[in-house]
Amino acid sequence: MTAKNLIPCPNCGYENSPRAVVCNLCKEIMPGAAQRLRVKEEKRRKEKTRVERSSFYAEKDKNIRNSYIILFAMIAILLLLGVSMGGAYGDPVAGGVIALIVACAISGYSWFSASSLIMSMSGAKKIERGDMPELFNVVEEMKIASGLPMPDVYVIESPAPNAFATGRDPDNSAVAVTTGLVEKLSRDELQGVIAHEMGHIRNFDIRYAMLAAALLGSIALISDAFLRGGLLRRRGGSRGGGNPAMLVLAVVLAIAAPISAYLLQMAVSRRREFLADASAVEFTRNPNGLASALAKITADPAPLESANRATQHLYIVNPVKNFSMKARALMSTHPATEARINALRRMGADIIAP
Amino acid sequence: MDGWIILIILAALILFVIGIYNSLVRLRVQVRNAWSQIDVQLKRRHDLIPNLVEVVKDYMGYEQETLQKVIQARSSAMNATNIGDKAQKEGMLTGALKSLFALSENYPDLKANQNVAKLQEELTSTENKISFSRQFYNDSVMAFNIKCQTFPANMIANMFNFTREEFFKVAEEERAPVKVDLR
Repeated sequence: MTAKNLIPCPNCGYENSPRAVVCNLCKEIMPGAAQRLRVKEEKRRKEKTRVERSSFYAEKDKNIRNSYIILFAMIAILLLLGVSMGGAYGDPVAGGVIALIVACAISGYSWFSASSLIMSMSGAKKIERGDMPELFNVVEEMKIASGLPMPDVYVIESPAPNAFATGRDPDNSAVAVTTGLVEKLSRDELQGVIAHEMGHIRNFDIRYAMLAAALLGSIALISDAFLRGGLLRRRGGSRGGGNPAMLVLAVVLAIAAPISAYLLQMAVSRRREFLADASAVEFTRNPNGLASALAKITADPAPLESANRATQHLYIVNPVKNFSMKARALMSTHPATEARINALRRMGADIIAP
Repeated sequence: MDGWIILIILAALILFVIGIYNSLVRLRVQVRNAWSQIDVQLKRRHDLIPNLVEVVKDYMGYEQETLQKVIQARSSAMNATNIGDKAQKEGMLTGALKSLFALSENYPDLKANQNVAKLQEELTSTENKISFSRQFYNDSVMAFNIKCQTFPANMIANMFNFTREEFFKVAEEERAPVKVDLR
């Protein structure tokens, strides 16, 4: 060890390493420490902005990939269900074809009418520019930032702050917000929420949510039909050319498939929330607005009466509040607000989760 | 047989080139649209300012200097010709408006006026729209420039004379953080 790099402490004379901020012996502040700290701080800030730039693109790609996997898994469950049920009656191919036809019919129906159905179910009314100019301006700002066409704007009369987006593609999309959201949030927070909804529209989450709901509906319908119809047919004694092993498999699947598809739908929904949060940061370049909006919406005690189990997955924060803590982890449609705020913190927000 | 294989490879190659060419065109159209979006918002700001000044001057008689600055900045921004000049002049207008809004905080009567509140909301939103449209423009330019320069699109870009687009740079004084004196 050479002595030439060591710096003597001005107070006690102890020789410290050149990187020391305070003297190792007497804790006196070393000369030049402030300068070194400033350089370090500068370096850290530069690194932070670099992470901020890269991370929303990285999060987006990861989320899109996962959603594809989950949607394919649901189609696979549907096919497996159809084939095994067909097998139980002696014709696996017909079973698979029937399952696909049912799924296509339900998806086709929701393609054209799900959006207006959801709006009327939620008690949302379409508004024009003159009704709420500030809200309209914020939506327009986010429309510009995202480069998307202007969505229809709907308002729900309720003191509970919340919002959702729906539609089948950016050209046929709508954003709904509650009156409580406009009243209780600051402009920056409102901007963050609208940006999150525009993120759902840009990422085609609105279409995914619709298709996932349609697939889940088809799986539930087919399972139900089999369990009821299967029992009837057995009573009639016409099990024909069916395969007994296939019958057992079909019964097990008919019970398990709707549950696993439901869990998958919840997973789709949770993934998509993180993705939309990342997109909101991409549009606003301000992770704080959304982070503090999420904290505020979650902390608000007012219930949203018009939300129910069928529409809960659409909202920015789950409006159905009477969930037990254990059920939350697996069944909830949304990640915990804390996890979302932490993800936003990784993108540069300095709000601390409540 | 060999002829068929060559034909298939040739067809695949042509489809590949067409695909890249179309995506380059799409990105360039997006850049152009984003640019016109900035123009729309800048024009909207120029239209709003005379109304604001008209309403505000009754209340802020003592702030003639600030009002004059806003009016001057507006007219010089409207007369700007090239892109660099425009960016700088519009930046000065943003600064003048900011100081006007900061001063208006001192006039409670003014803040209570419904018309002023409406105009201020419109102008604040227009300011936001300007910066968001600039952000979207720059993002579009970045996407286009990256596509133009990366393999294999760069070969097609060179073949059909796709040149890199300019970023919309913000005037220096606008980018500097606002200094607040708390003493």
